[in-house]
Amino acid sequence: MSVSLRTMRKDQKGVVVSVNASGELGRRIRDMGLVPGTEFMVVGRAPLEDPVALRMKGFTLTLRNNEADFIVVQPED
Amino acid sequence: MGKEYFVAVSGQPNCGKSTMFNTLTGATARVGNYPGITVDRTEGRYCTPEFCANLVDLPGTYSLTSYSMEEVVARDVIVDEKPDVVINMLDATSLERSLYLAVQFMEIGVPVVLGLNMMDEVRKKGIRIDSEKLSELMGVPVIECIARRGVGKVELMESVQKVVEKTKGEWTPVNISYGHDLDPAIDEMTALIKENEFMTDRYDPHWLAVKYLEEDEIVMKNGRKAGPLSEQLEEKVRNVSEHIQKTLNTYPEAVLADYRYGFINSILKQGVISREDDLRFDFSDKIDLVLTHKFLGPVIMLLIMYSMFYITFNVGAVPQGWVENAFAWFSSTVGSLLPDGLIKSMVTSGVIDGVGAVMGFTPLILIMFAMLVFLEDLGYMARVSYMVDRVFRSFGLHGMSIMPFIMSGGLPGGCAVPGVMTCRTLRSPKERIATIITAPFMICGAKTTAYLMLVRAFYPDNATTVMFGLVLISWLLALCFGRLLRWTALKGESTPFVMELPPYRIPTLHGVAIHTWDRVWEYVKKAGTVILAISILMWALMTFPQLPAERVAAFETQRVQVAEQSASWSGTVQQKEDKVAKALADISYNEGEAALKHSYAGRLSEAISPVTDVAGFPWQANIAFIGAFAAKEVFVSTMSTAYSLGDEDPEEALSLTEKIAADKAWTTPVIWSVFIFLMVYVPCMVTVAVIARETNWKWAAFSVFGSLAFGYSLSVVIYQVGSLLM
Repeated sequence: MSVSLRTMRKDQKGVVVSVNASGELGRRIRDMGLVPGTEFMVVGRAPLEDPVALRMKGFTLTLRNNEADFIVVQPED
Repeated sequence: MGKEYFVAVSGQPNCGKSTMFNTLTGATARVGNYPGITVDRTEGRYCTPEFCANLVDLPGTYSLTSYSMEEVVARDVIVDEKPDVVINMLDATSLERSLYLAVQFMEIGVPVVLGLNMMDEVRKKGIRIDSEKLSELMGVPVIECIARRGVGKVELMESVQKVVEKTKGEWTPVNISYGHDLDPAIDEMTALIKENEFMTDRYDPHWLAVKYLEEDEIVMKNGRKAGPLSEQLEEKVRNVSEHIQKTLNTYPEAVLADYRYGFINSILKQGVISREDDLRFDFSDKIDLVLTHKFLGPVIMLLIMYSMFYITFNVGAVPQGWVENAFAWFSSTVGSLLPDGLIKSMVTSGVIDGVGAVMGFTPLILIMFAMLVFLEDLGYMARVSYMVDRVFRSFGLHGMSIMPFIMSGGLPGGCAVPGVMTCRTLRSPKERIATIITAPFMICGAKTTAYLMLVRAFYPDNATTVMFGLVLISWLLALCFGRLLRWTALKGESTPFVMELPPYRIPTLHGVAIHTWDRVWEYVKKAGTVILAISILMWALMTFPQLPAERVAAFETQRVQVAEQSASWSGTVQQKEDKVAKALADISYNEGEAALKHSYAGRLSEAISPVTDVAGFPWQANIAFIGAFAAKEVFVSTMSTAYSLGDEDPEEALSLTEKIAADKAWTTPVIWSVFIFLMVYVPCMVTVAVIARETNWKWAAFSVFGSLAFGYSLSVVIYQVGSLLM
C-alpha cells in the first residue's frame, strides 16, 4: 500500500514510488537522488517534528513535511 | 614548459572539492567574484615541468540546472569559458548521487576527469569500488583520492594532461537514451537546431534539445532572444509534455532524471560497486541522536552559541586590548608631534581614533569567524538550520537564515557586515533579501557598548535582565519585520528545504585558515577605506563651523569675571577654590555645548528636532543617532562628547552614566523609545555598502529607509503611548 512520506514513522524503512512535484521543488528532490526506486529510512525529525531526515544512498537528506507530501512511498511491512 | 591548460574543478557540496582545490593550488589561490554577482570565484595554479594548469573552483552544486546562482555560474563557466578539462570530485561514499553531476558534464561534452574522493571512508564502511571498471564503463579517467591527505593529486593532474593531449580541445557530448517517449522528440529538435544553426555557437544541439525538454529557464530565455525557432521548439516541448502527462502522469524533466539515474545504476550494477547495507547507521547518525535530539538538541545548540560568544569576548578581549593600546599610543605619539590646532584634532580624533575603534574589533571577528567556519565545515551548522527551520518558516524565512542572524549579533556582540555576507548560503533570492534586511536589527558589538552604557545608567539594579530583554526584542523585531516583508515586497513561495545533512568531518586547519582570513581581510579593508572617510566627515561635522570669535570671547569674559568676583567671595580658601573650579567647569560645559550646537551636526539635530520630538529623543541622542549611522560605535562617543564637553579635569568629572542618569530629559518612555530606535533605525554605513554589494542599491536604500520608518514608527508609538500612561 502506497502512502505519503509524511506519514512515515521514525526508524521506518521504505521505497520511493513516485515524486509528484514539478518545478524547482521537483528538480531539487531529483537532483538529490530521491527518485522512484530509492530505498530509504526515516532517521529523525527536527525538535518541532518538521523537517524530517532520511537516510538514503549513503547520505542523509532533510525535507519539510509539506514537501514530503509530494512523495509517495511504499513502506516496508 | 609553455603549455597552459584551463581546468575547472567541480563537485557537489561537501564532497571535498575545495579541499582538493586547496591542495592542488596551495598558496597560489586567490578569491575574487564572478563579474556582476557575489558568488566567490577562487583561482589558482598548478605547475609541473611540462605544463601549467590554471584552475578555477566552480561553486559546489548538485546539478547543472538553472535554479540557483551557483548552478548558473557553474554551467556558464563551462559553456562560455570552455575549460580544457573539468575535474569532477565525487564523494565516493554516495557514488550514485555524485555521478549525477558527472553525467551532466558528459552530456555537455566537456572532457571530464573523475576524482573519487573519501576512499578511506569508503574502505572503512566496507564498501568496495572498482574504479578501473567505472573508468572503462564511463569512458573517462577515474582517480582514487583522499583529498585531506593530498592522495591522488599528482595522478589527477597527470590524467588532466593525458586527456588534454588526447582530446586536443575537441568536445564529444555523450548521448544517453531517454526512452521511446523522449528520444524521437529530442532527435527531431536536434535536427531542427542543427539546420537553423540555432545558438550552436554556444551550445551542443543535442544538449540544447534536452535543456528545452527540461524547460531550463535560462536556456529558454536566451532562445527567445536568439530567434523564431524557439517558438517551434517550445511548441514541441508542450506536445511531448502533454503526451507524457497523459500516458505516464509525469513530466519530461522527471523522465530525464529517471533515465540519468538509470544510466548510472546500469553502470554501478556491472560490478563497479558492492556494499553491505545501504541504510546502515554510521558514526554521524549516532552523534545526531544526541545533537539533534528533541530536547537535548536545542539545549546543546544554545550552549554552543553561548560558549562561542563567551570565548570571543574573553579570549578576544586580550588582542583587542593590544590593538586598542597600539592605536592609543599611535594617537598620542602623533598628537605630540603635531602642533595644536585643527590638523592635530583631525588626525588624532578623526583618523586614528575613528579607524582604531573599528580595527579594535578585528581580533573578535577573527576568533568568531574561525569558530563559525569550523562549525560549518564540521557539518554542525546544517543541523542548526534543520532544527530551527520550523520556527523561521512561520516568519517567512528559512532555516538557513539563522546563521546570518547569529553572526550579526543574535547573541550580542556580532557584526552585521559578516552577517550579511553569510546570507550567500541562502538559495532563494526572496528569503535571502528578507534576511539581509532584518539581520542588522540584531545587537552587534557596537550597539552592545551603547546599550551597556544606557542600561547601566537607567537600570543599574536590573542590568542583566534588561540586556536579555533587549536581545529577545531584537530577535522578535527581526522576525516580525521579515514576516512583514514576506507578506508585502517579497511575496512568494518559501524555498524548498531539500538539504543534505553532511556527515561530521573534522575540518582541515588549512581550510579554516583560508576561509577565515578571506573574511577578516575584507573587514580590515573596509575599516581602512569606508570608515576612514566617514570618521573624518563626522569629525568635520562636529567641528565646523566653529564658534564665532565674539562668542568665544564672551565665554572668556565670563571666566575673567569669575576670577574677579571670587576675590569678594566669603568662606575659606579651600571653599573658594572649589567654587571657582565649579564655576569654570560650568562655563566650559556651556561653551562646549554651544560649540556642538553651533556645528553642522548640532544644526542638523536642531533642524530635525520637530520630527524627532514626536518620538521624544533628547538633543544629545539626536546627534548621536546621526553619527551612529557612520558606525554604531559613534553613538557612545558622541553622547560622551555631548555630555562631557567642557570637562577639563577628569578627577572632577562625573562619569557619563551618572550624567545621563541625572538628566531629567530621560523619562521611561524616552529611554525605551531611544532603545528601540537604536536597535532598528538604520544599518551602519559599512553594512549598507555591503548590502548594496550583495544585492543592489535599491535594496540598500530600502534597508536604510524601510528600517528608519519601522524604527521611527515604533519609537513614536512607545513615546506617545508611554507618555499618556505615565
